[in-house]
Amino acid sequence: MMRTTTLNKLDFVIVREQDVVPFRNKVKEEAVKIGMGILNQTKLITAASELVRNLLKYGGGGTVEIESVTNGRENGILLRFSDKGPGIKDIDLAMKDGYSTGKSLGLGLPGTKRLVNEFDIKSAEGEGTTVTIIKWKNG
Amino acid sequence: MEDKSVKILKEKKDAILELWVSKQMAQDSYFNADDQKEDSEDFVSAFLSALNDTNINDQDARSFEKVHDVLMGISVSRAKRGFTPRETGVYMFTFKEALLETLSKEITDPVRLYEDSLKVSKIIDNMAILTFEAFIRGREDVISRQTDEITEISTPVIRVWDGVVALPIIGTLDSARTQVVMENLLQQIVETGSTIAILDISGVPAVDSLVAQHLIKTVSATRLLGAECIISGIRPEIAQIVVHLGIDLSNIITKSTLASALQTAFNMLQLEVNKKKGNFINS
Amino acid sequence: MERIPILKMGDFLLVTIQVDLYDQLAENLESDLVNAVKKNNSKGVLIDISSVSIIDSFMGRILGNIGIMSRIMGAQSVIVGMQPAVAMTLVELGLTLTGVSTALNVEKGMELLRSKILLSEGQSYYDENNNTE
Repeated sequence: MMRTTTLNKLDFVIVREQDVVPFRNKVKEEAVKIGMGILNQTKLITAASELVRNLLKYGGGGTVEIESVTNGRENGILLRFSDKGPGIKDIDLAMKDGYSTGKSLGLGLPGTKRLVNEFDIKSAEGEGTTVTIIKWKNG
Repeated sequence: MEDKSVKILKEKKDAILELWVSKQMAQDSYFNADDQKEDSEDFVSAFLSALNDTNINDQDARSFEKVHDVLMGISVSRAKRGFTPRETGVYMFTFKEALLETLSKEITDPVRLYEDSLKVSKIIDNMAILTFEAFIRGREDVISRQTDEITEISTPVIRVWDGVVALPIIGTLDSARTQVVMENLLQQIVETGSTIAILDISGVPAVDSLVAQHLIKTVSATRLLGAECIISGIRPEIAQIVVHLGIDLSNIITKSTLASALQTAFNMLQLEVNKKKGNFINS
Repeated sequence: MERIPILKMGDFLLVTIQVDLYDQLAENLESDLVNAVKKNNSKGVLIDISSVSIIDSFMGRILGNIGIMSRIMGAQSVIVGMQPAVAMTLVELGLTLTGVSTALNVEKGMELLRSKILLSEGQSYYDENNNTE
């Protein structure tokens, strides 16, 4: 993952589905703050929406760090989704288009990756999963 | 123990500046004396006033920030004025030479001279790196501004009929460009309430599977809005490439010319274009 | 629990989604709509999503489901007013909603719905409406 400097950071706890809409609004607010355009905002919030669903569904809830970051040239929003769920057995398989353990379309992770500029996933079986994404302002 | 070198350098400010400027002139055939002398003077003052007994040992010291700012400013403005990287490099390295020469004249103890020269070198080398980063950033700014301009002027959406918009694409279609094209096209479709969009690719030099994928994405997005997208300007060689690469365009309406695409659009809108009847000469 | 209102207009059902969707709300809408189609014996469903700024794969799937379910029950459906940014995001996500009919706005959506109903009933829409644009 690219080296970035954090300008501003806040944590968001997600335990129930009712937390999702306020969380999405918060992400939008932060994106607007750094002057992100409507298309990139939409992509970022959609990606966040996918990941927060995974957090609830597979991880049993968790926390999301919302950071505005810079790589020196451009500002962006970094989101880090951490859960203490069962973890992912085979990350490569989970990142494949069309793969799903649930009843979804299997677009979640690979689709989400296409919506953002940086995508990093770390998982250990039995310990949980951390997904970090960055969307640059003009990315 | 007071660091003698710092004191020497501060005292010899004018000599250093003169030495430096003369070195720059020697290296640089079109050295613009007035202009660059001023740059150099600003920098020498900033550097020497920031330099002190503690930060001479620490190239990353915060107290150098102001010097770095001055340096960046000079560097970026040089990049924009079209200086070569060599000229920018010479700028920093001649400064180092000037400093080291001054020190060697004043310090007699070789061990001391070596140690202090090393310290000064470290600081200047770090600044040279920063200079190059700033120089490249300056160049990149120019390039990205030009790219933005090109993208902007090269995606005009034309309203060709009530309910029909056309967008001629000229130049290579990469993912960043596709994004802009799509955004403009979809925006115009919504604003004009057009149900048909024609994407003319006569001006696209090459179509490969990636470009085809971008086109397919654009068509899919258009359909999601509730409009149909026709791709026109498929030249014979593009048709060949598409087939040879095994790209599936069967779900997309494609036409060879803009005229035939327009004809298709008329058909879809149940419109007919007729030649006017009647004799105009007698009327 | 929060629910999205479904309006009945003759043979049609109208849904205007004014809030941002979340999973439960979308699922409720799916079941409410299917029940409403049955109860009213509706021929068409029009869903206006012009105020929806986010559609992810789950909500996209629900919209697709609504289309398929209504068709099985003999009703046509049209989704209208998708925002450009939403459309581009869905395409990037890999969700093209094939099989769902779309239109630019409510007016064009109604027109499309009528023509689809006429077609499905074995009549040609344009025979009766020669004066359409």
